[in-house]
Amino acid sequence: MAFDSFGAFLAMEGHGPYVWASYGVFFVLMAVLMVGSYRRRNAVLKSCRQHAGSRSSRAPKPDSDTAPAAAASFTRVDVSQD
Amino acid sequence: MWQFFHKLGSPKWFYGIAARLMPWLLVLGLLCLGAGLVWGLAFAPKDYLQGNSYRIIFIHVPSAFLAQSVYIMMASAAVVTLVWRMKLADVFVKAAAPVGLVLTFISLFTGAVWGKPTWGTWWIWDARLTSMLILLFLYGGVIALDRAINDEKSAARAVAILVLVGVVNIPIIKYSVDWWNTLHQPATFKLTEKPSMPAEMWVPLLLSVIGLYLVFGWLACLRMQTEILIREQRTRWVQDLFHVNGGAR
Amino acid sequence: MMIKPLDQAVGSIEAMKAVFARDMKVAFRQRQDLLNPLLFFMMVVTLFPLGVSPEISFLQEAGAGILWVAALLSVLLSLDHLFRHDFDDGTLEQLVLQPQPLFLLVLAKTMAHWVLTGLPLVLLTPVLGVMVHLDGNSIAILCLTLLIGTPVLSLIGAIGAALTLGLRSAGVLLSLLIIPLYIPVLIFGTGTVAAAAEGAPVGAYLALLGAFLVLALTLAPFASAAALKVSLSNS
Repeated sequence: MAFDSFGAFLAMEGHGPYVWASYGVFFVLMAVLMVGSYRRRNAVLKSCRQHAGSRSSRAPKPDSDTAPAAAASFTRVDVSQD
Repeated sequence: MWQFFHKLGSPKWFYGIAARLMPWLLVLGLLCLGAGLVWGLAFAPKDYLQGNSYRIIFIHVPSAFLAQSVYIMMASAAVVTLVWRMKLADVFVKAAAPVGLVLTFISLFTGAVWGKPTWGTWWIWDARLTSMLILLFLYGGVIALDRAINDEKSAARAVAILVLVGVVNIPIIKYSVDWWNTLHQPATFKLTEKPSMPAEMWVPLLLSVIGLYLVFGWLACLRMQTEILIREQRTRWVQDLFHVNGGAR
Repeated sequence: MMIKPLDQAVGSIEAMKAVFARDMKVAFRQRQDLLNPLLFFMMVVTLFPLGVSPEISFLQEAGAGILWVAALLSVLLSLDHLFRHDFDDGTLEQLVLQPQPLFLLVLAKTMAHWVLTGLPLVLLTPVLGVMVHLDGNSIAILCLTLLIGTPVLSLIGAIGAALTLGLRSAGVLLSLLIIPLYIPVLIFGTGTVAAAAEGAPVGAYLALLGAFLVLALTLAPFASAAALKVSLSNS
């Protein structure tokens, strides 16, 4: 341990506010970002589920994967002018 | 080999891979990051010149590193978008840009806060902070342009062009600001150079950097999954997610 | 006003000349667009002595920077009408459809834009330089840096104008996108004048500015052309 006591750890010889403000901002922002992204994905999943449920009686649209002009095609389809 | 690329372009395949990778990325990432930060905060010795304020480095350097790496990753993805038209590439750019923005901000904030006890001032127009500030603007521009264009395909390509123009500029900006800073800088502190750091300092730093990269990986996968779901919600494979297991991962 | 269709036999250089000539002609019929950037330039420069300090010492030190920033903002303001008028009346689509390479036609448009905007700014600079108490040598170097720098600003700005074409609040968005890219040019433009004021040799700075110009000339039109195609397909 680089510090003698927890009090010393918090105070950091006067640099406490700076160090803890930095770490605080980091944790808060990252937490907001991570939790927020997670919740957003779950919200989208939920709305997809409801969407799928309500459409279960109708035939779903074709799978994007099997579409001939595949997204992963790497040949240039349009020829550009320049 | 082309098989792999073909697969890589498939949103459905990526969704599945992401779902499998994410727990690992998160757990390992948080472990490394946690270990690095705890070590750096509580166990590393204090710097003989800066005292304890240098501990901010364990947040500042990983954020700054990642902020720059993410932009480079976005630039690579932009090339893929423009040349090969792979959907996933532009999904990555859209997912990563806000994360890059936050990381750049954290890097700026921690850099400024570190500056107060070190240089006596909150803000200093040194090369590093100024370049980071410009990077913040670049990220902001990418996000703003993406939001302004309604059509998905056009937005993907316009943003890709912008990212590439920005990336060409990054070395130019760095060079300009560095040069400008040597002209205008009063005699100041140099931040501790990494090679001359003792192991008790650079090992936790390395851990923090690795940890943050892994956490970014998790975030990128998560956000890309969200975007894929939004774009592909009408396709069979997405709807199958809900019918097969009665609920999705 | 439509371009006469240029047929296959017309070479690229002729096409560029035609585009350049047309832009000049159109601009002279709507002279307001020519005057606005100049007025803006003068007004922004005026703001600084009024808003900060009319002290000669301050103005002499800050003058080159003030003029450079004002010129930069004026070019930014004028970028809006680089493509917008043609976009609104359908001429731009015709331009994109021409058989000649789009990047060359875009280059011609950008050059016309510079002649109509950047060049007058450079010509106005000595007058404003005197108003901010810059000495003769500084004014000369300043004009030179602006002469090399404003085309770079037009070229890079064209990329932004093409990307934001037809979008809502395009003006602000354009500024957000382009200003970070302008910063290196600004730094070296003003740095050259600062070096000259100290008596240091400016050859290297000017060479670097020249390098920026060459880089912009070779790369920017491609990016602008690509962006134009994206924007047109979007509208």
